[in-house]
Amino acid sequence: MAELNILEAIRLAMDEEMERDPNVMLLGEDVGRKGGVFGATEGLWAKYGDKRVLDTPLSEALIAGAAMGAAIYGLRPVAEMQFADFVYPAFNQIVSEISRLRYRSNNTFGLPMVIRMPYGGGVHGALYHSQSNETYFTSTVGLKVVAPGTPADAKGLLKASIRDPDPVIFFEHKKVYRLFRADVPDGDHVVPIGRADVARPGKHLSIICYGYMRICALEAAETLAREDGLEAEVVDLRTLRPLDTDTVLASVARTGRALVIHEANRFGGFGAEVAATIAEQGFESLDAPVTRLAGPEVPGVPYHHNLEDWFMLNPAKIVEAARSLAAY
Amino acid sequence: MAKHDPAAELGHRELGLTDEDVLSMYGHMLLARAVDERMWLMQRAGKIPFIISGQGHEAAQVGTTWPMRRNQDWMAPFYRSIASAITFGMSAEDIITAHLAKGDDVSSGGRQMPGHYGAARNNIVSVSSPVGTQALHAVGLAMGAWVRGDDMVAITSFGEGTSNQGEIHEGMNFAGVHNLPVIFVCENNGWAISVPLERQVGGLSVAARADGYGFPGVTVDGGDPLACYAVARAAHERARRGDGPTLIEARVVRLTSHSSDDDQRRYRDPAEVEALKENDPIPFFSNRLRAAGLLTDEADAALRAEIKTEINESQARAEARPDPDAAMAHRWVYAEAAD
Repeated sequence: MAELNILEAIRLAMDEEMERDPNVMLLGEDVGRKGGVFGATEGLWAKYGDKRVLDTPLSEALIAGAAMGAAIYGLRPVAEMQFADFVYPAFNQIVSEISRLRYRSNNTFGLPMVIRMPYGGGVHGALYHSQSNETYFTSTVGLKVVAPGTPADAKGLLKASIRDPDPVIFFEHKKVYRLFRADVPDGDHVVPIGRADVARPGKHLSIICYGYMRICALEAAETLAREDGLEAEVVDLRTLRPLDTDTVLASVARTGRALVIHEANRFGGFGAEVAATIAEQGFESLDAPVTRLAGPEVPGVPYHHNLEDWFMLNPAKIVEAARSLAAY
Repeated sequence: MAKHDPAAELGHRELGLTDEDVLSMYGHMLLARAVDERMWLMQRAGKIPFIISGQGHEAAQVGTTWPMRRNQDWMAPFYRSIASAITFGMSAEDIITAHLAKGDDVSSGGRQMPGHYGAARNNIVSVSSPVGTQALHAVGLAMGAWVRGDDMVAITSFGEGTSNQGEIHEGMNFAGVHNLPVIFVCENNGWAISVPLERQVGGLSVAARADGYGFPGVTVDGGDPLACYAVARAAHERARRGDGPTLIEARVVRLTSHSSDDDQRRYRDPAEVEALKENDPIPFFSNRLRAAGLLTDEADAALRAEIKTEINESQARAEARPDPDAAMAHRWVYAEAAD
């Protein structure tokens, strides 16, 4: 057991997978000698050489499309988009090609590949270095979408993603890269894709979240317990697609109340899918309307800290929403 | 046998091709054309809702794919690539079955519309509809071989309209940076549906762009299969040596409308459309083979009769294949555990 932050856990997962399987390679902007703009690939270029840890030109479509070609050839590429905000030139490759190759070829081709996407705000990144754009990918059939919130899950889910026979979009919240350290199991620690984690048990309401929101939700739950005597259950989805409906519904059955939270804007966001699923399949468990707490309806995270603070979800906002829901 | 005329020499032996090779190339061109013509007939007869043709591109496709090694090299083609797909190992029956969208169609099991070829067993990447995406897949295949140190060359093809997509630029630049073993073939027929070359390509040359990427760009007569073969063979050798990509711009003619839903008489000069027939690569090559003493009228007639029989039989077998079952339509979005 090692104490690692999420960034170190991600690096370790790639290192171990590259050691285990010579078909695993990394590609992206600045992933080589520099080790990535966040340091996720630090040391790997020196260890595996500049073919397996490949610096690309500033060409996101190329990064995704070449990863697809390499996966067809039999490699297991792990592509890095420097920021999730810059993925759009690759959108055609991801949506038109990568997500549907298996289906359109009647299962004669498959794509074992991962696209890592540093996302999220709270890092003074403003409109173009802070986006939480997971909904574009969760609504694309053929992709799997993962968003871990702990170092152990980051390692275990990245290893599972690299070994998966289908394309995985792997969201890494930038704010938590170095936020804290926690125990990460040594060696072959693999967390299966598609399983949520009950991060904290509770009986009064369920807070359903993923990524950085797990940390905020746990802090909010502490406050609610301490100040209100409310026991909030925190469900960290970990994988957004496929959604672990069973764990979500079981939690709501225990608590009767669901608060779905995410940093991405609310309208048509991933929370809408979770809320609709609970309403359709868990209606009888509900003692109150399913409630969403999400980012505001503005096109991006504004820069100045006054504005960014206004944008960002935080434990205080979650506590407030949870109190209203509990009082319903 | 026709009389020998030194001036009519094909020069194929200098390219390392035997007499049998050039006759086989001709046979591939004829087969592709026959499949294509049969598709139009079936479309007009209401058996196929839509077709997109490769007529006029056969010499370029057979010539450029001829050096590629079956089941070793890879191809990421486009929607006009009937002759390329046949050269890579797909059969006339595979192509007709795909157009009929039968349940066991090798390209997609009836999931994709006509013209979207692909066959994992023949190293042909499945074709989609957004144009230019395939260039990056060929580059990625070449990158994979380069990472592993394998002897593999990837080839990709696209039209001059597609050459304006950003993905073509991204792919060529990256291939140039790392000298990847990939061949880019632009089959320039002068028309992007209804928009002519001079409204599509600044500078009027696609091949010239290669200069900026640091590898050779070659313009070749796409009506001459041996000229296309010569440049593709050089490109293949260059790629295998580790010297990097080549961009081949094959100047071809589009003998038909863009697709069965298009009518080129609405935007092309009728005289120009009429004159296209003079540039049809099939009679061109046929006449050269005769002049070189390699083909007689009798042998040509026999070959065409053989191909017609193959097409008839392929169509009959393809039509007899089962239609796709809607109960399977939800499957293979993701990998499934082996049944």
